[in-house]
Amino acid sequence: MNLTTDVAVVGGGPSGLTAAAGLAAAGLRVLVLDREREAGGIPRHSDHTGYGLRDLRTVMTGPAYARLLADRAVEAGALVRTSAMVTGWAGEHALDVTTPEGRLRVDARAVVLATGARERPRTARMVPGDRPPGVLTTGQLQNVVHLHHGRVGTRAVVVGAELVSWSAVLTLREAGCRTVLMTSEHARAESYAAFSVPGRAVLRVPVATATRVVRINGRDAVESVEVEDLRTGERRTVPCDTVVFTGDWVPDHELARAAGLAMDPGSRSPVVDNTLATSRPGVFAVGNLVHPVDTADVAALDGRHVVEHVLAHLSGHASELSGLDGRAGIPLRAEAPFRWVSPGLVRPGAGAPPRHRILLWPDEHRAVARVVVTQDGREVARRTLPWPVSPGRVFRVPSSLLSGADPRGGPITISLG
Amino acid sequence: MNGGVSRSGPLPDGTVDVAVVGGGVVGAAVARELAGREADGRALSVALVEARSDVGDGTSKANTAILHTGFDATPGTLESRLVRRGYELLGGYAERAGIPVERTGAVLVAWTEEELAALPALADKAVKNGYRECETVGADEVYRLVPALGPGALGGLTVPGESIICPWTTTLAFATEALARGAGVLLNTRVEGAQRDGGEETVLLTNRGPLRARWVVNAAGLGSDAVDRLFGHERFTVTPRRGELLVFDKMARPLANRIVLPVPSSRGKGVLISPTIYGNVMLGPTAEDLRDRADTSTSEEGFAFLVDKGLALMPELLKEEVTASYAGLRAATEHGDYQVHLDAAQRYLVLGGIRSTGLTSSMALAEHAAGLLAEAGLVTSVRGQLPEPPRMPNIGEAFPRPYMCDDLIASDPAYGTVVCFCERVTAGEIRDALASPLPPADIDGLRRRTRAMMGRCQGFFCGAEVGRCLALVPDSVEESR
Ligand SMILES: Cc1cc2nc3c(=O)[nH]c(=O)nc-3n(C[C@H](O)[C@H](O)[C@H](O)COP(=O)(O)OP(=O)(O)OC[C@H]3O[C@@H](n4cnc5c(N)ncnc54)[C@H](O)[C@@H]3O)c2cc1C
Ligand SMILES: Cc1cc2nc3c(=O)[nH]c(=O)nc-3n(C[C@H](O)[C@H](O)[C@H](O)COP(=O)(O)OP(=O)(O)OC[C@H]3O[C@@H](n4cnc5c(N)ncnc54)[C@H](O)[C@@H]3O)c2cc1C
Repeated sequence: MNLTTDVAVVGGGPSGLTAAAGLAAAGLRVLVLDREREAGGIPRHSDHTGYGLRDLRTVMTGPAYARLLADRAVEAGALVRTSAMVTGWAGEHALDVTTPEGRLRVDARAVVLATGARERPRTARMVPGDRPPGVLTTGQLQNVVHLHHGRVGTRAVVVGAELVSWSAVLTLREAGCRTVLMTSEHARAESYAAFSVPGRAVLRVPVATATRVVRINGRDAVESVEVEDLRTGERRTVPCDTVVFTGDWVPDHELARAAGLAMDPGSRSPVVDNTLATSRPGVFAVGNLVHPVDTADVAALDGRHVVEHVLAHLSGHASELSGLDGRAGIPLRAEAPFRWVSPGLVRPGAGAPPRHRILLWPDEHRAVARVVVTQDGREVARRTLPWPVSPGRVFRVPSSLLSGADPRGGPITISLG
Repeated sequence: MNGGVSRSGPLPDGTVDVAVVGGGVVGAAVARELAGREADGRALSVALVEARSDVGDGTSKANTAILHTGFDATPGTLESRLVRRGYELLGGYAERAGIPVERTGAVLVAWTEEELAALPALADKAVKNGYRECETVGADEVYRLVPALGPGALGGLTVPGESIICPWTTTLAFATEALARGAGVLLNTRVEGAQRDGGEETVLLTNRGPLRARWVVNAAGLGSDAVDRLFGHERFTVTPRRGELLVFDKMARPLANRIVLPVPSSRGKGVLISPTIYGNVMLGPTAEDLRDRADTSTSEEGFAFLVDKGLALMPELLKEEVTASYAGLRAATEHGDYQVHLDAAQRYLVLGGIRSTGLTSSMALAEHAAGLLAEAGLVTSVRGQLPEPPRMPNIGEAFPRPYMCDDLIASDPAYGTVVCFCERVTAGEIRDALASPLPPADIDGLRRRTRAMMGRCQGFFCGAEVGRCLALVPDSVEESR
């Protein structure tokens, strides 16, 4: 079966649904394709509050947020197809899709990729040992507990101390499973400022910092994990029956790579510019696919941001606005302790990036953030920001810090001074 | 005894003609072969006796899955002969039964002068093993064949016949066909003792009670020496030799379109890089002698060794994510060849120590076993009117899968309902596996039949849903995995 549409949105999470609502409201034919039975993305199974602050100016639970965004997209006139898995490309802007109603070929004039990110599972982190059941990610844990009302064990070790890790602890607690230890390889827990103090108090979870899990024991069921203190090299065994690997995000970038889009080696995301355009004209990327991982409201606001640029692209007078067609933008680079920066390209004259923010992913903690922007050996800006640099969460820099850059100059570098 | 699968309860009464101990690829091949034979005009009754809850759950599930030409075997050994024969037999059978095979070919790559100098002798050895297609090639050709190789390759030897195969479907196809031919598959049945009963029969003592058999074939893999001792023999000891492997994301597959083999040398055995039939790339195996025959854990040292080797062999590969890691145990012995011994007086045959080529040689071992049993007095012939081989569901990446097939989805929407996204496994395939003649006992068994949950997300998205399909959630996550 062949379908045509103005815009195909791959992924019906917060970013895709918000983009779809905006594009449909602007009068375009929009088709959202999501492989799950219901649209909404990760918030569907994140059954706690904390969603919607920046995009909806209110706070609600994940499932309520997911429903609301899906309803809004439909009300705006977007077609939302679920159980629709995009399996590959049939052309520059054409997609192969598998649905229970048959295979679809969707021909669009523009494509928005909003496929999100997932947590690295144990295998990708190369944690050796036995391979019993009972080792999962937060995503799977929350699917089991919230969507399928299944049970887990009674004593869990949670690997990671990011925001999402605390979300895992809450879910475990709800499922009657005590978190006996959280581990973080960082010298201090990643979500230190945001969560771990109240977390420690309310949930009474011990957090072992500068610690990594080096082995899982138990042939038929998890019996323990072995952890190593990175400072002393000392190892000890922690009895448990469940291990949850949290955070350590990797984008769901397979479609982006299959299209041959330019990729960022640090984030493994498609490179986008300030209009969220990728290296293929007419293909845009939004949400956690381009910044693994930020909160849902930020992802949603990417979706809002991309609307005018997709419109500009489709109306034809876009070439100076969107698409990296021919004329290169200025590469944006990040120095250690940052692993990646998004967007990776700045197109002068194309407006600000989403929320006027440049997003960076730090690997180390810095209490004071002295941000330095340089270009061609020249210091463009220097500013101390009032929030710390904290691993496990995005570090945001106002894009106004780039305003002094030379639009005809070379790559711009962001570092800490 | 009647055929069918039995996982619990008392064992069926009566006496079987042949009990095959061990439901790995070798035992399953033997059961299939013998169940298709008759003696004195009567079909043989066969029981495949397996300690675990599924067939193919031991070494047969955790190997490098290469259909070997046998080019590098030790000439003159039984192994050399049976690998060569098994290559032909399994290659043909795979086509009939729908077992995915890709004829990728291999190239041995020499990285040192010593390895380079060893290539002509390897080519000669291949000829002695009956394989004539090897060719030595220069470094340019090596890089043309595998452009992603790291710097420093000096030359190579091509082995165009080396192929990759699906090891899981192979064992399942054998066992499924054995069932169709009337054999019984007794799972969760561990043989713990053997008694001779008046000369004609053996009573196998199992955790599920006694099983009477006129003939016994021991294909117990890592346990083959222990079972051999139950019959009073002290002929060989199995030393589990662990091989750890890393499997890389499907995105890596374009890097390795053929098998890259190491040249055996004084530096010790190197590791190979191989495409897998499921569309990934594999790096390994290590080789380490253990004591514990059940220790299939992976190790820090193993990973470090593989990463080190991989970085030199194919640096680009190491930039991709690891999707899976596992370890298999080779049933190594103190002898240089398969341990195949016939004890006509006890009506007993052992096919043990099938170390690192048993997937390839399985059908030839089965054929050989039928011949040996005839020598001992169980003269059989192939039955006429055998059922067609089963047509196994394809889980190979290079062949059409249900999610791609319009007509299949039109006839049944379940084939268009993708449940495991990374591996693109549909609800229809999971349902079929659960309803198959030899259904899975757990998630691992389902994975081997469908690929569900073996992908890059390892269950982040689909773990709960797959568990639900297996009807184990909401009982517990443990059971569901
Ligand atoms: C445990 C947990 C707790 C969290 N808590 C909070 C919180 O309290 N507050 C907050 O703001 N954020 C929270 N987040 C983060 C938030 O969920 C994400 O930032 C947000 O979901 C990102 O939206 P997205 O649209 O980029 O991607 P996702 O929500 O990941 O959506 C991607 C969608 O794309 C679909 N898709 C992918 N590939 C394909 C394909 N090939 N074909 C069809 N469809 C496809 C997927 O099915 C999915 O529905 C949490 C995340 C987790 C994991
Ligand atoms: C790392 C590695 C790589 C390999 N690569 C290849 C390759 O590329 N190509 C190739 O052809 N071969 C390869 N092999 C070898 C191949 O996997 C083995 O030769 C083959 O699987 C052996 O099959 P089997 O049936 O003899 O043993 P197994 O698969 O181990 O089966 C024996 C079965 O017997 C059962 N059992 C044991 N004791 C008892 C008992 N007392 N009662 C009942 N049941 C019992 C066990 O549970 C087991 O299921 C490799 C092996 C390893 C480890």
